[in-house]
Amino acid sequence: MLNAKIPAGPLETKWSKYKSTVKLVNPANKRKIEVIVVGTGLAGASAAASLAELGYKVKAFYFQDSPRRAHSIAAQGGINAAKNYQNDGDSVFRLFYDTVKGGDYRAREGNVHRLAEVSAAIIDQCVAQGVPFAREYGGLLSNRSFGGTQVQRTFYAAGQTGQQLLLGAYSALQRQVALGNVTLYSRHEMLEVVKVDGKARGIIARDLISGKIERHFGHAVLLCTGGYGNVFYLSTNAMGSNVTAAWKAHKQGAFFGNPCFTQIHPTCIPVSGDHQSKLTLMSESLRNDGRIWVPKKQNDNRKASDIPEDERDYYLERRYPAFGNLVPRDVASRAAKERCDAGYGVGASKLAVYLDYAEAIERYGKIEVGKRGLTNVPKDEIIRMGKEVVKEKYGNLFDMYAKITGENPYETPMRIYPAVHYTMGGLWVDYELMTTIPGLYCLGEANFSDHGANRLGASALMQGLADGYFVIPYTIGNYLADDIQTKAISTDHPAFVEAENSAKAILEKFINIKGKHSVDHFHKALGKIMWDKCGMARNEQGLKEAIEEIKALREEFWKDVRVPGTLDEFNPELEKAGRVADFLELGELMCIDALNRRESCGGHFREESTDEGEALRDDDNFAYVAAWEFKGQSNYELHKEELVFEIVHPSKRNYK
Amino acid sequence: MNLTLKVWRQKNASDAGHFESFQVADVSKDMSFLELFDILNERLINEGKEPVAFDHDCREGICGMCSMYINGRAHGPWDETTTCQLHMRAYNDGDTITVEPWRAGAFPVIKDLTVDRRSFDRIIEAGGYISVNTGNAVDANAIPINKTDADAAFAAAACIGCGACVAACKNSSAMLFVSAKVSQLALLPQGQPERKERALNMVAQMDKEGFGSCTNTGACEAECPKGISLTNIARLNREFIGAGFSKED
Repeated sequence: MLNAKIPAGPLETKWSKYKSTVKLVNPANKRKIEVIVVGTGLAGASAAASLAELGYKVKAFYFQDSPRRAHSIAAQGGINAAKNYQNDGDSVFRLFYDTVKGGDYRAREGNVHRLAEVSAAIIDQCVAQGVPFAREYGGLLSNRSFGGTQVQRTFYAAGQTGQQLLLGAYSALQRQVALGNVTLYSRHEMLEVVKVDGKARGIIARDLISGKIERHFGHAVLLCTGGYGNVFYLSTNAMGSNVTAAWKAHKQGAFFGNPCFTQIHPTCIPVSGDHQSKLTLMSESLRNDGRIWVPKKQNDNRKASDIPEDERDYYLERRYPAFGNLVPRDVASRAAKERCDAGYGVGASKLAVYLDYAEAIERYGKIEVGKRGLTNVPKDEIIRMGKEVVKEKYGNLFDMYAKITGENPYETPMRIYPAVHYTMGGLWVDYELMTTIPGLYCLGEANFSDHGANRLGASALMQGLADGYFVIPYTIGNYLADDIQTKAISTDHPAFVEAENSAKAILEKFINIKGKHSVDHFHKALGKIMWDKCGMARNEQGLKEAIEEIKALREEFWKDVRVPGTLDEFNPELEKAGRVADFLELGELMCIDALNRRESCGGHFREESTDEGEALRDDDNFAYVAAWEFKGQSNYELHKEELVFEIVHPSKRNYK
Repeated sequence: MNLTLKVWRQKNASDAGHFESFQVADVSKDMSFLELFDILNERLINEGKEPVAFDHDCREGICGMCSMYINGRAHGPWDETTTCQLHMRAYNDGDTITVEPWRAGAFPVIKDLTVDRRSFDRIIEAGGYISVNTGNAVDANAIPINKTDADAAFAAAACIGCGACVAACKNSSAMLFVSAKVSQLALLPQGQPERKERALNMVAQMDKEGFGSCTNTGACEAECPKGISLTNIARLNREFIGAGFSKED
């Protein structure tokens, strides 16, 4: 049985007691300790900056040209914090409770409570850094509400909250670079973890410009490398987002937790053709005012405007009268898929549903008429005023939609379809964020820890920054305090030589295959298998087929991929090959995990486990974290971490 | 659509570089500009040729990685739009499109359309931050900020650091980029203690990196994909001059 090392004692004092009793490293010793941080998103940048402030010598690695480009930058909506500035009854306990419930009771209580506890300090820290959050006229911070909660606890900066938070962390990081406490390794990709005597002691990285393979020592290694949604090829992730660092660590002994837990976001712009390279999210906030519908008639090819009101099926309002268009992400996504699969989809691909603002525009127009005390206003004037209001609230999203689709969303309903957005699964970590490899930590989306089977909106930014600013600076000391006698290990150590050789061998193999198909060809094929059989709905037969198909595809990849160019130059195709090779292994494990979990929970929907078409959890048999150990190609051993609920009692989520 | 692409090819920083022309057939109007390059590269790989190297990541207009100079305009013809958000409906059948990297001494070419923009990171290192260690902060609402100032600070902070301003400027000046950060922090009470040093040090680093001077042509503002205003440059000038007069040595 896995030990998560959750401190004993009452839930609300676990973290404060831990902090007061954890081992410390004195400042003189910190100066002698080197820490490697891989990834510079919210988790990585905040961890690197905070550890450097404490006096550790930090090396930060990222594959982009600048730390500021990590994909945290693209988060739109906001960041939750239990500040209770709105006096609406929020508290640390409520944030904790909402997060555990929102995660469909598959997260650890101890971790989630700590997350809620540190949430308020994150907002303080960001404001002190100059992050320009939205404010009210009185000069105080503004809040908005988000799905799955009944209080207003989301802080935001227009639709660019992730950007502003990341730039805050990035500025703190650059300050430490200037002070000489952090060394940056731009355009470097981590290819291997180096273990010495069972402990993580460094990494092998490739300088992407020169192609040089480098060895780097660290007393500890932090992986802050984000999620693996790109295993589906099409997702809302950045093109470069990948699982390589986490996967290499997994193959070195770090267990992988709940790999099948993926979040499919309901409101994305649909695929427009085979050329599609990524999917773009339209903020969840659009469901506050928009109504979702499809035609009542199958294969209806009429334009939306030609379909009369009584021939429209507002299926979310029909199926879930209590929550309507505001059901959680997983429920909304599945309902859209159900309608499209049954032949009611719209648009050229028939894989889309309408998100309609016509009624909201009219409603806002009428409110304006009332506010201005006008009478006998013609309908088109009401519509014009309504459009102004909608533009003020959602203008940037409507503009983005218009650029991508060429359609005017003020005149015609938007077409939307679910897309892969976030991965709740990741490397298994204990309470201290350490993986099953001593000295190897995992932070942010890359770990599995806090969101259970479904993440609530505005919680990803909170978790990334909590891990980096307020958790790892304490927990890493507990490990490094015993390491103060360890001198820097020479990178001539056989463990480094061996790790470098194995990383090099893989790269050489790619170049030497000289096959017929590009890396993207295989990536697209993998994505199709994953989406069809391990996507929004999963069943035993499909998952078993997917496992065999992935194995066959992987074999074909290693025989027939074509990677142009050489090893010792800037070679983006070579980078992609390494990432896709790892996705081809991860995809299989995701299917194995999904097959093992014969229950529906959160984003994981097993067609065999339903109750009147709704997801049915099985707490008697599956209230555990599935942590998988790599034992060799296609060979994984399941370890279970039982989830104990002392405070929150799991119940059925009902939105009807 | 059928298009002709004239693309800058350059093996590495020391190569002289040249244009290479490609015919691309059956281009869909729904494609993004970068998806056009995906199609081209797929073809080049299948033909055993070297694909075109270009920077890109989020493909939703926020990471600042994409950086193509298209028919003489940074990020192409659409206003306030990054290359990744430009779609092919901007073009017509038979068009010839010339694509170059950002051209500036402080942004050396790495390969083809990819350039090195780490000079921007070094400018931020010189002072684009507020010196507050983790854990030092007071309660967020203890610092009320006038909404107008907060909104103006946000508008400046929306800069994505792509470098289009430098590419668009005949002097390769980085003033819009530097002024956006200086403005954001000068407008906020948190930024006051380091205000003068920040303006002086960031400008000094900008000069050291080899960016040119500003002659107020406004090309940067016109081509900025995030609509960063020239007003910021005026503010930077005030900050810089004011700091120079009043700084105690």
